[in-house]
Amino acid sequence: MELGIGGASHAYGDLQTLDSLDLAVAAEGVIGLVGPSGCGKSTLLELICGLQEQRAGTISVGGATEAHERLRRCAFMPQRDLLLPWYSAIDNAALALRNQGMGRGEARDAAGALFERFGLAGFEAARPAELSGGMRQRVAFLRTLVAGKPVLALDEPFASLDAITRAEMQEWLATALRTDPRTVVLVTHDVEEALYLCDRVAVLSARPARIVAELSAPAPRAADRDAAVTDPAFVAAREEALRALREGSA
Amino acid sequence: MRRWLLPALLLAALLALWQVACSTGAIADALSLESYLVPSPTEIASSLWENRELLAENAWVTLREMVLGIVAALAVGVGFAVLMHRWRVLRDAAYPLVVASQTIPIVVIAPILVVWFGYGIAPKIVIVALICFFPITVNALDGLRSVDPEAVKMMRSLDASQWQRFRRVEAPAALPSLFTGIKIAVVVAPIAAVFAEWAGSDSGLGHLIQSDTAYFQVARQFATVAVLSALALILIGLVALAERRVVSWR
Repeated sequence: MELGIGGASHAYGDLQTLDSLDLAVAAEGVIGLVGPSGCGKSTLLELICGLQEQRAGTISVGGATEAHERLRRCAFMPQRDLLLPWYSAIDNAALALRNQGMGRGEARDAAGALFERFGLAGFEAARPAELSGGMRQRVAFLRTLVAGKPVLALDEPFASLDAITRAEMQEWLATALRTDPRTVVLVTHDVEEALYLCDRVAVLSARPARIVAELSAPAPRAADRDAAVTDPAFVAAREEALRALREGSA
Repeated sequence: MRRWLLPALLLAALLALWQVACSTGAIADALSLESYLVPSPTEIASSLWENRELLAENAWVTLREMVLGIVAALAVGVGFAVLMHRWRVLRDAAYPLVVASQTIPIVVIAPILVVWFGYGIAPKIVIVALICFFPITVNALDGLRSVDPEAVKMMRSLDASQWQRFRRVEAPAALPSLFTGIKIAVVVAPIAAVFAEWAGSDSGLGHLIQSDTAYFQVARQFATVAVLSALALILIGLVALAERRVVSWR
C-alpha cells in the first residue's frame, strides 16, 4: 500500500473540513476524489502531500507518516498551472531538479528529453505566456512528473480548460500514465473525468467530508476515450457516482 | 513617433509663448518687475551655454548625491523589506513606524543632519536615502507579498528550500513592484538633494540656485532648474531601460 489514510480529521479553527476519513491506494494505483465544491477535497490533497498537518488520524505515504517526509514523496500539481513567467517552458519543467541541486544544463537535458513525448518539442525556450492553455497544463504536469516522486497529487488539473482541450488532455494524461505509471490522487469535480482516468473513484460528502461511495472504474485509461465513456458500464458507473454525489451533498 | 512628437510640439509651443510674452514685456509688466528678472527661453539657453562649466561641475555634485542616496536606500530598503517579509513579527512592529516616519518633514531634519554630519556629501546622501527609502521599501514588500500562496505550496512540494523559494519565486515576483518604487525614488531624489544642499553646502545645483537668488541671476537659476530636471529624466530613462531588460517577461 503506497498511500494509507486512517481516521483522518481536519479543521480550520472551528470549521470541520474532514471527518474521520479512511482511504487506501496501492502503488501505481490511480484514485479519483470527487465531491461538491468546498467539501475539503483540496484540503485532503494538501494533507496527503504533507503541506498541512491533519488534526487527527494517520496519513502514510510509502510508509512515512511525518508531514515533511510525505512532502518528499509527493509532487503537488495545483489547480492553476502556476508556471513561473520569468522562466522558459523547459526551466519551468526542470524546476524540481534544480531545487534538488542539479546543474542547469543537466536539469534541462533531463526535462527536455520528455518534451517530444509530451507534444512540446520546439517550445523549450518559449515563455509561459507564449503557450496555449493545454500546453501550459502539459508543462505543469511535466514539472510534476520530472520531480521523480512516487505519488502525484493533482488538484483539478484541467478545470480551467475548455471542453475540447479538456477531453484531449484527459486522453493525453491517460497515455502518459500508461507509459509512466505512478500512484496518483486526482481531485476533480468532473465525475466522467474521474471515472475515465482513475481505477477507483471515492465520492466525498459535503463538508465535513467523508467518503459516501467508492466505485471501480470499468475501463481505466482506455486508449479510445470516446468509446470508453459511452460504454453502458461506464454510463451506469457515472450515474451511480452522480447519485452518490447528490445524496452526499444534500 | 506620435508619442514623442505631440509632447515635443506642445513644449515648443509653450516655449514660443513664453518667448513672445517676455520680448513684449508682458510678464514683467503684469508682475511689475524689471525685465531682467523675467528671462526669456533664449536668454536662459544662452545662460545655459555660457555657464556650461559651472553647471556641469555642480550637476556632477548633485548627481552623485542623488545616485549614492538612491543606491543606499535601495540596499537598506530591499534588505529591510526582505527581513519584514521573512519575519512577520518584525513587519507588524516596524511597518506602521515606516509609514508614520513619512510624516516627518525632511526640510526640518535636514539642518539637524548637517549639524551631525557636516557640510560634506554625507548628510546629502542620508537625506536623499531617507526620502527614497519609503517608496522602495513599501513597494519591495508589496511585491514580495504579492506571491501566490499556491505557488509557494507548489515549490515546497518540488523540494525547494526557503532560499530557493525566495530566489526562484518571491524575488522575481517582487521585481516589477520594486522597479515602481525605484522610479518614484528617482523622481523625488532631486527634490531631496536640493533640500539637503539648502540646509548647508558649498556646491551642487541646489546651492547654485540659492546663491543666485542673492544676485538676481534669474536666467541662470532657470538654467540650473533645466539641468536638474534633465538629470532626473536621464535617471528615470536609465531605470526604465534596466526594468525592460530585467523584467523581460512583462
